[in-house]
Amino acid sequence: MKYSLFLGCTIPARSRNYELSARAIASRLDLEFIDIEDFSCCGFPLEASDEMGAILLGARNLCLAEEKGLDVCALCSACASMLTKTAYHLNGDERLREQVNKELSRIGKEYKGIIKVKHFARIVLEDIGLERIKEEIKRDLSGLKVATHYGCHYLKPSYIYEGFDDPQEPLTLEQILEAVGVTNIQYRRKKECCGGPVLLSDEDVALTVAQEKLRYVKKAGADCMNLVCPFCSLMFDANQKGIEAKFESAFTIPVLYLPQIIGLAMGLSRKELGLNLNVVSTRELESTLEVY
Amino acid sequence: MERVNLQDSDPDFIQALDSSYFIGGFRGCYICGTCTAGCPVHRAHRDYDPLRIMRMLVLGLREELLRGDMIWLCSDCYTCQENCPMGVKITDIINHLKNLATLEKNIPLGVSTQGKLLKDQGKIYIIDDFDNKKRAKLGLPWLPEMVGEAKALLKKE
Repeated sequence: MKYSLFLGCTIPARSRNYELSARAIASRLDLEFIDIEDFSCCGFPLEASDEMGAILLGARNLCLAEEKGLDVCALCSACASMLTKTAYHLNGDERLREQVNKELSRIGKEYKGIIKVKHFARIVLEDIGLERIKEEIKRDLSGLKVATHYGCHYLKPSYIYEGFDDPQEPLTLEQILEAVGVTNIQYRRKKECCGGPVLLSDEDVALTVAQEKLRYVKKAGADCMNLVCPFCSLMFDANQKGIEAKFESAFTIPVLYLPQIIGLAMGLSRKELGLNLNVVSTRELESTLEVY
Repeated sequence: MERVNLQDSDPDFIQALDSSYFIGGFRGCYICGTCTAGCPVHRAHRDYDPLRIMRMLVLGLREELLRGDMIWLCSDCYTCQENCPMGVKITDIINHLKNLATLEKNIPLGVSTQGKLLKDQGKIYIIDDFDNKKRAKLGLPWLPEMVGEAKALLKKE
């Protein structure tokens, strides 16, 4: 399997643990990533102020992948959503496509609509497959209680995702975790937002939303969280200390990316999975699992 | 809560939005309140209310919607849109309203700053030598500092 790897803005600069662990498990599961240096931002941060600009950025990225004849793997849920949405609208609306292609012609590009965009987790489930992952399991994680946070754009808006998973009753991330042998923990407000996008307009509101989830994750007795988006990680991992101070509470919940957990099950080391780059320390969890 | 003044209604505003390919169909709203009931932002901040936004829209209260700060509190989580029994694309609509508010210069500083960064460098964070050295140390591939072609594409002629 070969995919172009779409990193977006945040991951290569701020979430290298996600990139590192995704690359580490991919190379062991016959998933080959091709890097396209010229990928820009997906367009998502422009959507609120300039919808057309966002679609143009998205379309240009899709063109680059088309030129290589490669489908796109996005690690970030906002990137996956923006690029999928761009393809959805361009494939379904002739007039928009003409308009976008006219703009793209200024830089010598044309969108053809011949490739697919998938989130990394979807590729793990649909392309690699759970049976293949089970063959690589080397470490017993049955004692690890994990609370999965699906986040929003991994599954929504559902009209762009052709029925992949169900945003009302999401299952896919927990199916993957079940296959790697961890214990899935249920908690209140599981499906809800991290609050991240509000950070730019009202920090108090954003942190309150994140705090509510952390509270329920803690209450459910989880050893760590599992997620698939760098913005969600920013809220729960990077901002966890700040949230604790603001709301005078103690969480100390490690927040892992899905490939970090899969990698732990595959027997990879702390360094290979970038666990040393996580903000909330994962040391205790590692010593219980005898990770070195 | 202040009373709604229907003198402020702008019928052309509703007409334009309702005929849009992306977001049409909001007149189907029958005020059930499912959107607000499930909204995580509403729970954190009661003034934020997607149903109120939908009603203001149907009533054509253009000024109040586009000059106020309510729409900018939407976290873009799509819960309301996925839950709406009438299939109203509530989140997509609110996003479009943010676009219209931007034209009126009502935009939070953080959002406009991100927009400027993108139009200047094609990505939010520049990957400079310092970052690339860190990446190399981890065995991650080199990345260019910015993407000039994206800048050219976003430049309005």
